[in-house]
Amino acid sequence: MPQIHVTTSVNGDPTEFLCEPDETLLDVLRDRLGLTGSKEGCGTGDCGACSVTVNGRLVCSCLMLGAEAEGAEIATIEGMADGETLHPLQKKFLEHAALQCGICTPGILVAAKALLEHNPTPTEEETRYWLAGNLCRCTGYDKIIRAVMDTADEMRRAN
Amino acid sequence: MALDKGHDTRQFKVVGTRPVRPDGIDKVTGRARFGADITAPGMLQGLVLRSPHAHARIRSIDTSAAEALPGVHAVATRADFGEVPEDVADIVDNCLAGEKALYDGHAVAAVAASSNTIARRALKLLKVEWEALPHVTDVDAAMGSDAPVLHEGRSDETVPAGMSGNVMSRYEFGHGDVETGFAAADRVVERTFKTAATHQGYIEPHACLAQMGPDGQADLWCCTQGHYMVRNTCAAIMGMEIGQLRVTASEIGGGFGGKTTVFLEPVALMLAKKAGRPVKMVMSREEVLRATGPTASTSIDVKIGMKTDGKITAARAELRYQGGAYPGSPVEFGAMSAFAPYDLEHVQTVGWDVVTNRPKQAAYRAPGAPMSAFAVESVVDELAKGFGLDPLDVRLLNAAEEGTRSSYGPTYQQIGCKATLQAAKQHPHWTAPLGPNQGRGVACGFWFNFGGDTCVTLNVNIDGTVSVSEGNPDIGGSRASMTMMAAEELGIPYEQVRTIVADTASLGQNEVTDGSRVTFAVGLATIEAARDAIRVMCARAAKIWGIDEEAVTWEDGHAMPSGPNAGEFEPMSLAEIAAVASNTGGPIAGHYEVNAEGAGVSFATHICDTEVDPETGSARVTRYTVLQDAGKAVHPSYVEGQFQGGAVQGIGWALNEEYI
Repeated sequence: MPQIHVTTSVNGDPTEFLCEPDETLLDVLRDRLGLTGSKEGCGTGDCGACSVTVNGRLVCSCLMLGAEAEGAEIATIEGMADGETLHPLQKKFLEHAALQCGICTPGILVAAKALLEHNPTPTEEETRYWLAGNLCRCTGYDKIIRAVMDTADEMRRAN
Repeated sequence: MALDKGHDTRQFKVVGTRPVRPDGIDKVTGRARFGADITAPGMLQGLVLRSPHAHARIRSIDTSAAEALPGVHAVATRADFGEVPEDVADIVDNCLAGEKALYDGHAVAAVAASSNTIARRALKLLKVEWEALPHVTDVDAAMGSDAPVLHEGRSDETVPAGMSGNVMSRYEFGHGDVETGFAAADRVVERTFKTAATHQGYIEPHACLAQMGPDGQADLWCCTQGHYMVRNTCAAIMGMEIGQLRVTASEIGGGFGGKTTVFLEPVALMLAKKAGRPVKMVMSREEVLRATGPTASTSIDVKIGMKTDGKITAARAELRYQGGAYPGSPVEFGAMSAFAPYDLEHVQTVGWDVVTNRPKQAAYRAPGAPMSAFAVESVVDELAKGFGLDPLDVRLLNAAEEGTRSSYGPTYQQIGCKATLQAAKQHPHWTAPLGPNQGRGVACGFWFNFGGDTCVTLNVNIDGTVSVSEGNPDIGGSRASMTMMAAEELGIPYEQVRTIVADTASLGQNEVTDGSRVTFAVGLATIEAARDAIRVMCARAAKIWGIDEEAVTWEDGHAMPSGPNAGEFEPMSLAEIAAVASNTGGPIAGHYEVNAEGAGVSFATHICDTEVDPETGSARVTRYTVLQDAGKAVHPSYVEGQFQGGAVQGIGWALNEEYI
């Protein structure tokens, strides 16, 4: 079957790629575009390690075909920091030691950023529900939730 | 969090603080490279064909159609490995089945192709002729006289004649005479427990990239808890000299014991050798769950006798652990640790290592100990409740302490068992009121900890920065703690030191990152390597000053004359000594190589409140407190993280998870 030509934007960069009709967006990002920050933990949308945003909406990139990205704006973990300046969530994750092995961290950060854009003042319960689609096996979540809540606090104070 | 006071024997500047870990920015920006995040020029994709049967004889494997498919560059089966040394025979058999597939998902062949699509197509062209055999997956059933036997004639000399051929070994620990002890009890409770297997559930599936040249030199990149173990095992399987195989550990996306193994690595090396091209292999989650090691499922009898005042008169446990398709379940550790928190006059544990048609178990967080602790602690609770006693008081009355002869043999030195119980007793959680449908549980746990072969090299760079090389994959912040210990010992800021995990060609043998050994053993080696470098720096200062080496001491990052008699010289900083190293004898480094001994055992007491919905049976943990004797917390945030993560995995095991 012939490959499909896709024109899209990744982290603000105009991007074109060819992909197989059955190739996931995650495989395209990792294997064709070299953006290995998004991880495959399950391939079935359960773990959230592959989280990206497509036109601002949080998705599991393992559940979306690369061909579906035509014309879309995709944002991945690689685009989260502004050059050398880390996003407040990235800083808070480091301060709070909200990661151990770090494999789930890119997906959780992308999801948490989407949460704060959607709801800048989440309660702890809202934060836990929003991040329920992102599994972390190391931390037990406590420090992750604290880091997200602390970021929300700080961003609110800064505005 | 309240911190203990009054136990410090030394004032620290860096140790005990909470700096940002050195690998932190890479991990929050997506730059960190895990097992599947690497490529090589000309790389092929390797995939594995797995058994659809739980137990089946492999009559034949026809690889010709797969090999003929354009884009396929190699097919590997067990036949490619030929004879291997006995100590790796089970390992290679688990990587690619020989005569029989022993569990659903057991690897039977592998292909390397120019794309995943072609590799997937090639798997479908492999023709395996199976003879399905009866199977057994339950530990008690596997010990039955009519159970299908996985391996004939593998039971060792500890197993009495007449038992099922699935029983591999028997272990026994204890002292005293339990029957005498039970006779002295006011009440004896005997209960049987079964625990399900659970999977470590690391989020990163196993992955590796292998390359091998026609000169026999090979390189392997993989996610593992021990790249030296991977090197030694793969070299033995491949018939290579160890020095010809260099293994680099990727960042590791969780392990919890489950990555103390090899599954893909020898297969990838064989495919790379046959294809003459690099081969990358990445497991899917389905493969991880079907074919990598969960922990053992168990069946345990516990019998404890107690006086009305709560004093235990005797304790006995019989533990049956199935370790999957090969010998080596963690029943020995389970039998050793079952009664480790208690000071008992009469105690006996007997463990049975049993094989079943399940994936070979792998270590999982204190392998073997949680299951036996669950069974023992449940019976201790039942006895305490029966006598109307406080379960913490009963444990305190029987708790092991310094001088106690442990249930597994050694006499304890200074230990923290009672301290965790006392801390639990004093904690506000213990006396907090409970709501409707809520209950409170308490339990003790134990782990041995250990040391093992460890090497650290510490290089003092010409600008006064320091590079530490260690050989243990960093699974949750150990580069931070090594950096902190090196900075502390050298008397320089944390930011001046950077620690890396070196490949297998760069250091001597290092044991796997397991058994809670790294902070102890690698920390010890890091401190001693720093002291070694300090000796060199003191000698260099002595040379510059023209005084004896013994007349120079190291304080706060500086070489100083040791007293007025040594002479009057301005202290020289590490950076100043480093800057002139070339003129005073050459580069400065410290080393330490050791089989680390003397790791202390550790104990924990946990308190858990649970609420159960009487209509649905749904259970919810409402409060959880961990009290653990962790020693000196080098980086307290990561120690807390271990407590929290371990407790959450335990909650999962108790309430949500079951590997079927």
